Amino acid sequence: MSTKRKIRIVVAKPGLDSHDRGAKVIARAFRDAGMEVIYTGLWQTPEQIVETALQEDVDVVALSILSGAHMTLFPKITKLMKQKGLNDILVLGGGVIPDEDIPALKKIGIAEVFGPDTPTNTIIKFIKENTQKTK
Amino acid sequence: MNQIKQLVNGVLKGNRRSIAKTITLIENNPHEAQKAVSKLYPHTGKAHIIGITGPTGSGKSTLIEKLVKELRKKRKRVGIIAVDPSSPFTGGAFLGDRIRMQKLSTDKEVFIRSMATRNSPGGLARATRDAVKVLDASGKDVVIVETVGAGQSEVDIIKVAHTVVVVLAPGLGDDIQAIKAGMMEIGDIFVVNKADRENADEAVIDIETMLNMGSEKEKWRPPVIKTTATKDEGTAMLLNRINQHMKYLKKEVFDIQRRQKAETELIEAIKQKTTDSIIDELRRKGELEKLVQEILAKKTDPYSAADALLKERLKRFRTNG
Amino acid sequence: MVTKSLEAEKQVFDEHKLSEIQKKQKHWKEKTVPEWISRHPERKNSFHTSSSTHIKRLYTPEDIKNIDYTRDLGFPGEPPFTRGLHATMYRGRLWTMRQFSGYGTAQQTNKRFKYLLKEGETGLSIAFDYPTILGLDSDHPLSVGEVGKCGVAVSSLQDIETLFNGIPLDKVTTSMTINGPATMLLAMYIAIGDMQGVPREQLGGTTQNDNLKEFHAQKLCIFPPEPSVKLVTDIVEYCAKHLPKWNPISISGYHIREAGSNAVQELAFTLADGITYVESALERGLKVDQFAPRLSFFFAAHNNFLEEIAKFRAARRLWAKIMKERFKATKPRSLWMRMHIQTSGCTLTATQPINNVIRVAFQSLAAVLGGTQSLHTNSFDEALALPSEEAVRVALRTQQIIAHETGVTDTIDPLAGSYCLETLTNKMEEHAMEYIDKIDSMGGVISGIEKGFFQKEIADSAYKYQKEIENKERTLIGVNEYAVEKDWVPIKLLRIKQQAEKEQVDGLQKLKKKRNNKKANDVLNKLHKAAEHDENLMPTIIEAVKAYATIGEICDVLRNVYGQYKEQIII
Repeated sequence: MSTKRKIRIVVAKPGLDSHDRGAKVIARAFRDAGMEVIYTGLWQTPEQIVETALQEDVDVVALSILSGAHMTLFPKITKLMKQKGLNDILVLGGGVIPDEDIPALKKIGIAEVFGPDTPTNTIIKFIKENTQKTK
Repeated sequence: MNQIKQLVNGVLKGNRRSIAKTITLIENNPHEAQKAVSKLYPHTGKAHIIGITGPTGSGKSTLIEKLVKELRKKRKRVGIIAVDPSSPFTGGAFLGDRIRMQKLSTDKEVFIRSMATRNSPGGLARATRDAVKVLDASGKDVVIVETVGAGQSEVDIIKVAHTVVVVLAPGLGDDIQAIKAGMMEIGDIFVVNKADRENADEAVIDIETMLNMGSEKEKWRPPVIKTTATKDEGTAMLLNRINQHMKYLKKEVFDIQRRQKAETELIEAIKQKTTDSIIDELRRKGELEKLVQEILAKKTDPYSAADALLKERLKRFRTNG
Repeated sequence: MVTKSLEAEKQVFDEHKLSEIQKKQKHWKEKTVPEWISRHPERKNSFHTSSSTHIKRLYTPEDIKNIDYTRDLGFPGEPPFTRGLHATMYRGRLWTMRQFSGYGTAQQTNKRFKYLLKEGETGLSIAFDYPTILGLDSDHPLSVGEVGKCGVAVSSLQDIETLFNGIPLDKVTTSMTINGPATMLLAMYIAIGDMQGVPREQLGGTTQNDNLKEFHAQKLCIFPPEPSVKLVTDIVEYCAKHLPKWNPISISGYHIREAGSNAVQELAFTLADGITYVESALERGLKVDQFAPRLSFFFAAHNNFLEEIAKFRAARRLWAKIMKERFKATKPRSLWMRMHIQTSGCTLTATQPINNVIRVAFQSLAAVLGGTQSLHTNSFDEALALPSEEAVRVALRTQQIIAHETGVTDTIDPLAGSYCLETLTNKMEEHAMEYIDKIDSMGGVISGIEKGFFQKEIADSAYKYQKEIENKERTLIGVNEYAVEKDWVPIKLLRIKQQAEKEQVDGLQKLKKKRNNKKANDVLNKLHKAAEHDENLMPTIIEAVKAYATIGEICDVLRNVYGQYKEQIII
């Protein structure tokens, strides 16, 4: 008799760049795939993003950045998440992120990085497959 | 069970992760969550529960942000539950209200949680009530419940509140009449936000007029106040009125209201439990399917089938009782 | 109502000839086409432009029979400027090849500028980093990781001194992509001119200074809408009085398009913004002919080739009409829509990036056939990283090949008279005008912003575009068709050294110690008063930057007076 579990997801834009086209398109696609989406808006600090993930008890944190500051900001976010015990949340990266940075990002706990041209379905499929494992 | 115990202990200590997890449990598995909520129940009843509702574009979220800042100045701990509609087609939802309060998100004494309606009005009303209990038990002094619009389900949700604030704004167009019609009866305080706009005074007069048409039996006459949340004007006054309303409740009707709320909640719980258990049983025994097939074969119709079923069960209920 | 005989007079085609064509067309449509289609079906059931304008199988004289040549097309250099702003167009002067650039510290960008000038570029164009754009100093906590990343970091006059070291301002024109803090950057440029001894009348260039489109699309806003428009108007007024060669504003559709709008929305929203700025300047007491000639525009060149050319032609015609009919401008130059065009960044793909060279080539060809005054071509590696020097060179060469090898520059507006193109130009104007009327009826642009109108329109279009790609209704080569296993990237991607941030922050902190702090504070206090009294702030801001007050400090003063922008989120 339990209600069907919903995937809850934060779509966040850390850093100062304001290219939110991708983040918004993806937020809509997540909603249309039946997820509950919290879109944070621009200019979020790592603290705000992590606290949102905690209070909203999300399954996924999807980070979008196009300014090139991902190597500074992503590690801050994953570190904070670890400190707060948010170990069961899937963290994804998207935006303009050079291939050569991806191994380092995976090492710090970014589960996957989705570049431009990635179909939204690919990301949705990845989320559905990988959130079942953790919860 | 151990998990439940851990959650309950966490909530009582005000641990934010435990609060979050308990609310998730309430949303996903009300049956299991009931164990936690029952344990928390004795610790509830301390928080002032404020319902805030109003149409999209009235600036509710900004107003709430400013109201919470005001509450924080007085060192009140605040919980917020923001309810957003789920899409009836996909079941997905944008939980958009917290965005506008994002500045509050790193304040350790403020807890914001978004909830989607999940297309189950009854379920949602229950889930919101339980989530409010969690925040109440966790030690929040004030719990704010925010909803959009004035549908019956929103009205049901907002009934959890001691004080209901209805937020409107001038120039929202034709919707406003319909909205007001649905909200006039539930509001304890009316706010005309975006009062720096033209026609703000007209909106106030408009609401006053509608209030005058209402009954004069109640001792509390809902005040109408103007705010401009973006400029932080009028929020202190709003808080003042909210507190006055609480004083009024305590003096005049608090016990009656509490008794009423308890009764409503009990009746709803009974309704839900009985329906759930009957349907579960019918499903288990295959009777539901059998009747469905009979309906499909036009041997009976849904209403006669339900009558026949309930007759049996009600008889049993009476003899057992 | 136009009478029949008058209408006939206006027609480009002879009526008898036209009815013969109609007869033949009927035959073609009812006989020839169905016979052919029965054996060779068409690729799609219907064809549309990016703005969902229906594209017919064939355009004939019938489609443009109502065109009045002198009224609707006219001659180059004469109203309504459909065929071009100048009498000889590219037979005389080519467009300005202007490549937007800037990264790292002012020193690095100065080196890049000198390289570009040597390579034959004729105008400089500065990209600023996010902290600068948002009015934050390089040492602000939010700036961490962002300094010098997507443009050059500028916090004070010191940085601009380095940026223009060895570049005489009377020999170049400079375009600055800056909006919120545009007053400050222009003030710094003026200060450098003063130092170099260049008279203010000789300073040439453009400040983007279009804050409204930030609310619709780019969201790099510092202040709420109304004070933002006030600052824009300060520059418009100051330039009208003191900098006759400066384009105070570049009213931009580019960002609206990049954020996801279609071509019609891009055009309509840009013109609506333009109307708002004109109204604001008129309220200031300026005369329309006093400032209108210096207004300039900035559009995107996207993939749908014919629609884009139609957009540029319709834009000129529509603006001329608006200036003449709505604002009663009398000088021909007030009716000019001078435009800068940039190829579309969001059409570039990360997969098979070399294909982007071809996209950029077609897009820039559309810009040239559309009669642009200035062009930036994107680099093919932009979906992967900031452009590398080699990729920037290919982009610039693309323009040079169009200019010197294709021959399209040898005659003016060569596609005019095309049944299809003229029809699309008409449709573009018509549909944009519908939007402008709608915006007027909702109380203008600022009211539309408050209602979330623009953001919603743009987000809807962006989502539609993405879905079309995913459903393969729209083909994107190398992405949803013709994908390959292994990509070929013929260059090394540019990496910005993290060191830039440290150098920049160090330099700024040294400056804050060594400058005359009392003087800086005094001017900031003066600015506070000026802002409260609603004066034109340009003179005081020039004073402030000369006292080495930083952009962050100046913006803080203004934030105090005007309040801060709060993002209105519409998904």
